[in-house]
Amino acid sequence: MYPENFRYTKEHEWVLVEGDSATIGITQHAQEELGDIVYVDLPKAGAQIEQGKSLGSVESVKAVSDVYSPLSGEVTEVNATLAEKPESLNQDPHGAAWLVKVKLSNPGEIQSLMTASDYSAYVGAEK
Amino acid sequence: MIKKVRPHLSQNEALLFERSSPGKRAYQLPELDVPEVDARAALGAENVRSEIAGFPEVSEVEAIRHFTRLSTWNYAIDHGMYPLGSCTMKYNPRINELVARIDGLAWAHPYQPEALSQGCMDVMAKVEAALAEITGMDAVTLQPAAGAHGELTGILLIRALLEKRGNPRQKILIPDSAHGTNPATAAIAGYAVENIKSSETGALDVGALEQLVNEDVAALMVTNPNTLGVFEHNIIQAAEILHRKGALLYMDGANMNALVGIARPGDFGVDVMHLNLHKTFSTPHGGGGPGAGPVAVKKQLEPFLPIPRIRRAARKYIYDYNRKQSIGRVRAYYGNFGVLVRALAYILAHGGPGLRNATVDAVLNAVYIRKKLEPFYDLPYPAPNLHEVVFSDKRQTARGVHTGDLAKRLIDYGFHPYTVSFPLIVHGALMIEPTETEGKLEIDQFVEAMISIAGEVETDPQLVKNAPHGTRTSRVDEVTAARKPILRWKPE
Amino acid sequence: MRYLPKSDSERREMLDTCGVTSADELFAHLPDAVRLNRPLALDPGISEYEIVDYFKKRAAQNANGYASFLGAGVYQHYRPVLVDTVVSRGEFLTSYTPYQAEISQGTLTTIFEFQTMLCQLTGMDVANASMYDGSTAVPEAAMMAVRATGKGRVMVARSVHPEYREVLRTYARHQGMPIHEFGYLEDRGTIDLEDLAHHIDPLTAAVIVQSPNFFGVIDQVKAAAEIAHKHGALLIMVFTEAVSLGILEPPADADIVAGELQSFAISPCYGGPFAGVIATKEKFMRQLPGRLVGQTTDSRGNRAFCLTLSTREQHIRREKATSNICTNQALIALMATVFMTVYGKRGLRELAQQNLSKAHYLATRSQPRFSGPFFNEFVTRVEGQSPAELNKALLKTKIIGGLPLAKHYPELSDCMLLCATEMSTRESMDLLATALAATKPVEVHA
Repeated sequence: MYPENFRYTKEHEWVLVEGDSATIGITQHAQEELGDIVYVDLPKAGAQIEQGKSLGSVESVKAVSDVYSPLSGEVTEVNATLAEKPESLNQDPHGAAWLVKVKLSNPGEIQSLMTASDYSAYVGAEK
Repeated sequence: MIKKVRPHLSQNEALLFERSSPGKRAYQLPELDVPEVDARAALGAENVRSEIAGFPEVSEVEAIRHFTRLSTWNYAIDHGMYPLGSCTMKYNPRINELVARIDGLAWAHPYQPEALSQGCMDVMAKVEAALAEITGMDAVTLQPAAGAHGELTGILLIRALLEKRGNPRQKILIPDSAHGTNPATAAIAGYAVENIKSSETGALDVGALEQLVNEDVAALMVTNPNTLGVFEHNIIQAAEILHRKGALLYMDGANMNALVGIARPGDFGVDVMHLNLHKTFSTPHGGGGPGAGPVAVKKQLEPFLPIPRIRRAARKYIYDYNRKQSIGRVRAYYGNFGVLVRALAYILAHGGPGLRNATVDAVLNAVYIRKKLEPFYDLPYPAPNLHEVVFSDKRQTARGVHTGDLAKRLIDYGFHPYTVSFPLIVHGALMIEPTETEGKLEIDQFVEAMISIAGEVETDPQLVKNAPHGTRTSRVDEVTAARKPILRWKPE
Repeated sequence: MRYLPKSDSERREMLDTCGVTSADELFAHLPDAVRLNRPLALDPGISEYEIVDYFKKRAAQNANGYASFLGAGVYQHYRPVLVDTVVSRGEFLTSYTPYQAEISQGTLTTIFEFQTMLCQLTGMDVANASMYDGSTAVPEAAMMAVRATGKGRVMVARSVHPEYREVLRTYARHQGMPIHEFGYLEDRGTIDLEDLAHHIDPLTAAVIVQSPNFFGVIDQVKAAAEIAHKHGALLIMVFTEAVSLGILEPPADADIVAGELQSFAISPCYGGPFAGVIATKEKFMRQLPGRLVGQTTDSRGNRAFCLTLSTREQHIRREKATSNICTNQALIALMATVFMTVYGKRGLRELAQQNLSKAHYLATRSQPRFSGPFFNEFVTRVEGQSPAELNKALLKTKIIGGLPLAKHYPELSDCMLLCATEMSTRESMDLLATALAATKPVEVHA
């Protein structure tokens, strides 16, 4: 369920690190909790994001959830398909519906994140 | 028992633009008694528009049929009960509509001479006095247009007082059970919001309050009775904790329908509060507004009230603009005068004893509903309730049915749903406020409906989950409406 | 009491179910210290007839039977009979906010029509379901511009309604939103573009201009928009006289339009309740405050309407909401919708044309102070006495004269603001013009 090569946050974001860049998204658990996603609010390319701070939000009809960045850096790419098809976040949150790509400023931050098995246990416990 | 709902023959109706065709008209203006002016010459050709593209053209008959047919698709208080918590959907007396339309009141221009506005000013002065008496406060402003507007006014008043004392402070404490307008208002007024968790009994946690109140806290915003319908028994203690540290107590008056004639916020430590005339004082909701949100204050806040103030001088009413400490205006002119007229008519009709009787009936109805439904729905907080009661959907979720589904099924029984999923401190809340307007028959029908639905959850949960079944429009696709917003008609 | 539908025996039955013997016991759990131990000091309830009588007496103490030339943000227009017929229907009057779409399609459909017509009138892409009024729509529009641009400073023309500017200041004071006022041209009565260009800066989020402005003059919206856009600011256009939209070119260059709809069959009612509106371009849609109705389908595939984009609003977003507003002025907006329906495409144009003709007739007989083009209001100088004195004399002939401008524009203290609408008669306009002319040392005739 939760890819081994990702790392995870308590706020239900995932990150895939490749060298000094990373891809960020929200987890299966997060999209389930939100229900049908209607809108995604993302930063523009070039924006600076900080670990633990909100980088945008995800909306369902009746709720809004901030997305907190797992790592710090500069946004290099934003997933353009989410504007047209926010529902893809429900369909493929770990794959095609990534949110942003980032050039990391402090790759060391990854140490503070959870592994797949930690995260599975965490969401299991939450239920 | 008479069933409220039967299949109803309803009419289809298009949008105005779809019924429109060129040349149809529903109006006639008198002939001009002055020369017609050439618009392009008078205004400059670049300032004159061509036609209003797409604007409808229909006849008078079509207009009347259009709106009449549409109206039959609405539920309304005139049809039956709205058990909506904290909305106080009581009867909208028709006499209020009549008096608000009397020419001398309805056509009054806010800038007409004071000498020719004494009637309007008298109405406003009477409303201020009545609301001050009902709330136990010292002064009232009638400017705010609605509850949220009144909240903003109240918080700005607090800020002004604290600024005068040397430090406006940074934070406002808001219980996690509060209505959404409370934190939104605090933010607009430039304050940071700090949440204060309710105790396990759902009440204001004075222990937590004691910890949180310091010189950074401007005020606590509280609703009393709270959004569980329970009177905050610690309110006087809470007020003392705040006052000791120079902070103020703001009360959201949305639940005043439990208190009128029984207890007065001014007597239990409230410094400033707003009222919702469209709740407690019967002015019509009209599908979402207008309202009015007068703010009542204690003496120390009076100098900061919005200008102008009405004063009496030499046996006349005058407007006093000479108030240096005022926070300024929160809207143009004086207030939602038409709504104030309706509220005053309501107050006059009931009178002092009558207002208290209305409160008693409102509470009686809510406690009765609680007793009748307790065996069927989970009651998360056992404290005695006043004018509203909050259940949860805990028993029903075991069958996969949630509060939203139960609410939709209630529609099939001829009722408007109760308030769903609020307050947030109750998971899967059912918030029920009958008001004094409901007679025993209607209440018993409501109770019977709720009990029947609880039974359906056991025997046929899909029936509940797919409700409503009997309405002209079935459940709407809110998801697509939000994903692909279509906010206006466009020609094909 | 006629509004309380329980008999004493029913009350007793219900009290019994509640396990109490008297109603007082329902409140016994309240702390003693909070109980009110005396009756409210309010007179006992009175009958329907006495209530009507009471308000008729109050109405009699106001102006009755006067011809009025007051405008200044609140206008006298005929109210088609259909308006009250429709809004008096219980299904509209006594219904709630349309959160439950299945049983609120009446309200939702009319709001959708309202939103559409406001777009058609203003030339904007999307309009909300109304704000409290024009005066509060202005700060809400300013806050929108701040959100959309990420900048914090706002510029507003002095020719915007003075009380609207006061409200803007009250809202802005606590949000770190500096407000800078710029002036108008002494001869034309339009905004001083040089003043604007000189004082605008990269920190400016919005420029607010009213047209027709407070003086009744059609203002330089396009030129102001150019200056605003050059500095990355949005142009907010304000209107107070909605009938003007029937004849004036819509503000295509504006980014946000904020206005007052009182002219559309909403009684002056001593200043409220009214209905404001904010309309904007599609790209700012999610920054709009207030309710929005959207089109969708129900589960059977039929067209239906519902409240949408609710995540902007206070009940979900709480402290991060676009506004704290909860109410929309649904019933008042419905009055406007019925008005717009009755007049329709041609009628609104004809109505605006009549207003133009009436006011220009009056103007030929009383000399406008400003040379800029105007719709149904204009400023005139009063000579030989103060405007207040002239108004006092006019009252004797049952005329309420124009608004003296001294209070808000000391530089125009010898002037008053006159408004003539389709309801102004030639006779009363002639009387007013004669009185004005009589004060002038040298008579001026058309």
